[in-house]
Amino acid sequence: MTASLFNYLSDTESEKLLVAHVTMDSDLSPQDRKDLDKFIKFFALKTVQVIVQARLGEKICTRSSSSPTGSDWFTLAIKDIPEVTHEAKKALAGQLPSIGRSMCVEISLKTSEGDSMELETWCLEMNEKCEKDIKVSYTVYTRLSLLLKSLLAITRVTPAYKLSRKQGHDYVILYRIYFGDVQLSGLGDGFQTVRVGIVGTPIGTLTLSCAYRTNLALMSSRQFERTAPIMGIIIDHFVERPLGNTALMHPCNYRAPGEEEGGAYAGVEDSQEVCTTSFSTSPPSQLCTSRMSYQTPPMGAVDVCHPTACTTAAHPHQMVVPGKEGGVPQVLLQPSHGTQADHGRLPSCPAADMPHQAPPSSCSSGDADVLSRSTEVKSASPSEAIETTFTRKVGAFVNKPTTQVTTASLDLPFAAFAPRAYDLEENDPMVHPPASPTPSSPLQGSLHSQSSSQSGGQTQEDFVMVDFKPAFSKDDLLPMDLGTFYREFQNPPQLASLSIDVSAQSMAEDLDSLPEKLAIYEKDIDEFDAFVDTLQ
Amino acid sequence: MNCRSEVLEVSLEGRQVDEALLSLLHTILLHRSTGKFHYKKEGTYSIGTVGTQDTDCDFIDFTFVRVSSDELDRVIRKAVTEFKDALGNSGSDGMGQISLEFYQKKKSRWPFSDECIPWEVWTIKVNVVNLANEQERQICREKVGEKLGEKVINIVEVINRHEYLPKMPTQSEVDNVFDTSLKDVQPYLYKITYQITDSLGTSVSTTMRRLIKDTLAL
Repeated sequence: MTASLFNYLSDTESEKLLVAHVTMDSDLSPQDRKDLDKFIKFFALKTVQVIVQARLGEKICTRSSSSPTGSDWFTLAIKDIPEVTHEAKKALAGQLPSIGRSMCVEISLKTSEGDSMELETWCLEMNEKCEKDIKVSYTVYTRLSLLLKSLLAITRVTPAYKLSRKQGHDYVILYRIYFGDVQLSGLGDGFQTVRVGIVGTPIGTLTLSCAYRTNLALMSSRQFERTAPIMGIIIDHFVERPLGNTALMHPCNYRAPGEEEGGAYAGVEDSQEVCTTSFSTSPPSQLCTSRMSYQTPPMGAVDVCHPTACTTAAHPHQMVVPGKEGGVPQVLLQPSHGTQADHGRLPSCPAADMPHQAPPSSCSSGDADVLSRSTEVKSASPSEAIETTFTRKVGAFVNKPTTQVTTASLDLPFAAFAPRAYDLEENDPMVHPPASPTPSSPLQGSLHSQSSSQSGGQTQEDFVMVDFKPAFSKDDLLPMDLGTFYREFQNPPQLASLSIDVSAQSMAEDLDSLPEKLAIYEKDIDEFDAFVDTLQ
Repeated sequence: MNCRSEVLEVSLEGRQVDEALLSLLHTILLHRSTGKFHYKKEGTYSIGTVGTQDTDCDFIDFTFVRVSSDELDRVIRKAVTEFKDALGNSGSDGMGQISLEFYQKKKSRWPFSDECIPWEVWTIKVNVVNLANEQERQICREKVGEKLGEKVINIVEVINRHEYLPKMPTQSEVDNVFDTSLKDVQPYLYKITYQITDSLGTSVSTTMRRLIKDTLAL
């Protein structure tokens, strides 16, 4: 029974029905039970949609419609993201939230460096308290509708909302749906709980609540030994469709392409096929290139981790490990594919624990970065390949002497001669200005080849210097051009009056001559007095 | 029948008054609005769909959800602006309250007018503060955002107690329970009133005015 066929009885009519019911069995009628189960099922699915959509990082807007449409459960316009519905249905596996089995949506944050943190857990629980006399077809339905409205309001109020609005380069928000016991240990100390609301039904009372973390300090200890910076984590920049069937965590940044939701999802499935075939058999050295080639699927939708191909990585949602840091983001399962291909060199089952560990040793360190980088970068581009080779090149030089590193990577002209220039640096007058008569240096030797005192120890041909060509300086009139002039007179001798020896000398002389001068002045004192009188 | 009454208090800066009141009033109305009723024969009816819209506040670190109805938004904004202007003009020290009252109409015989019986009243007490510098304003932005979040949680708590709600009316009575003037949503009948608290803390004049107005309304 869809919402559109659902006709409400006005209260007078429903009262008549109630009277009729009382005479019958007071337990829930089969039709009511069926309706109730349906309501709870769709309520659970809509709850998940509201929560995930509230963490997409964008403002949600749906239109009111005065004429009812068939798909608007609980008279609210809530869009259905197919991937989210699929995940929710998978988690529920045909069951309903019941006593002891709660449906939980866990929201966590994952930084671009690989740190993750659980932010909140939304729980839909059922307890034994029954409200027998409540009318399923009307009251429960409207109260569920009210509860969804409350959920809409509360999802914008918890701290994770602001964080999710700012997600992007530094971090992303992921969600995970699970069914069973509520796990709150990952929320840290002092987490707060807010109850969204309750709805009593004849089979129990549904409670919707949220437990959210208050201590937002990121965990300092890294979960992984190697965490290469993940580039291009902004998934929505690279794909228009959501990441497909990732085993555990899902990003909250799906952009619905409107009416093509079904088609889009099918598209994602196809890309998964592509993924699995290119992964399972490739040897380690080709792993990088195979990933590179994988990155060019025509649809652009990339799911690099299809659970069925990943036999060693157990479905993490079965690995319910409380206190695990933020669960396991989907990207981490990818290197485990490498495991398989790598002839078991990498640890297999707890691949989820150490996803970035020990890339195949045949690849150089640059490849490891590329490996993890490639898990994130969704856009295919030949520049990726170029980047790879570049990193390889630098890595290859790491063990060689530094002189070669600086020169080989610097790509100087005349780089072949550069080592000698390096040696000559000590003698370079520009670096170490000479005191007085300069010691032999090829540079000065070449300039002062005419002067007697400076004769170059090394000939001009031993090094190559880029000619110093000052702009606009060509002048045929002068015998010497500006550049030569500049070089020649770059280090002029100090002024005599400023030299310390001279000044020291004069100081001593002055002191000695002082008494004589005083004697002379005393003799001429009358002349000085007359002079002063003329001034006044 | 007892009328349920809830009071929410907020202290904020002058420029935050509009958005804060809009956020709280819209949150309440979100829960107190349904889709348009379409009555069919045999006393059954179907309900239209209510869309929702996220709205960011410019002067407060806060986002609230409101019903996607521009008509309703306009009505609420008008009332909030009136209140804000009255608050500004009153010369009081920036204290006042605005009330959102949900009522049912009960038809009476001539010459008496219809009775308006409130069943839920939400009162938001506003205290406007003046801040000295930009740093204080920034802190106020965040603090008011948090406070409004708490108020939303309070509102949701009250509503989820599932206390009295008017019975779903028949077609002839729908206008006694719901406001059917809007074309896309149908809130319960409501009215918005306000009072500016003068320095004595009383506001006799406005109360008297309301009483007289209600009695004489035809």
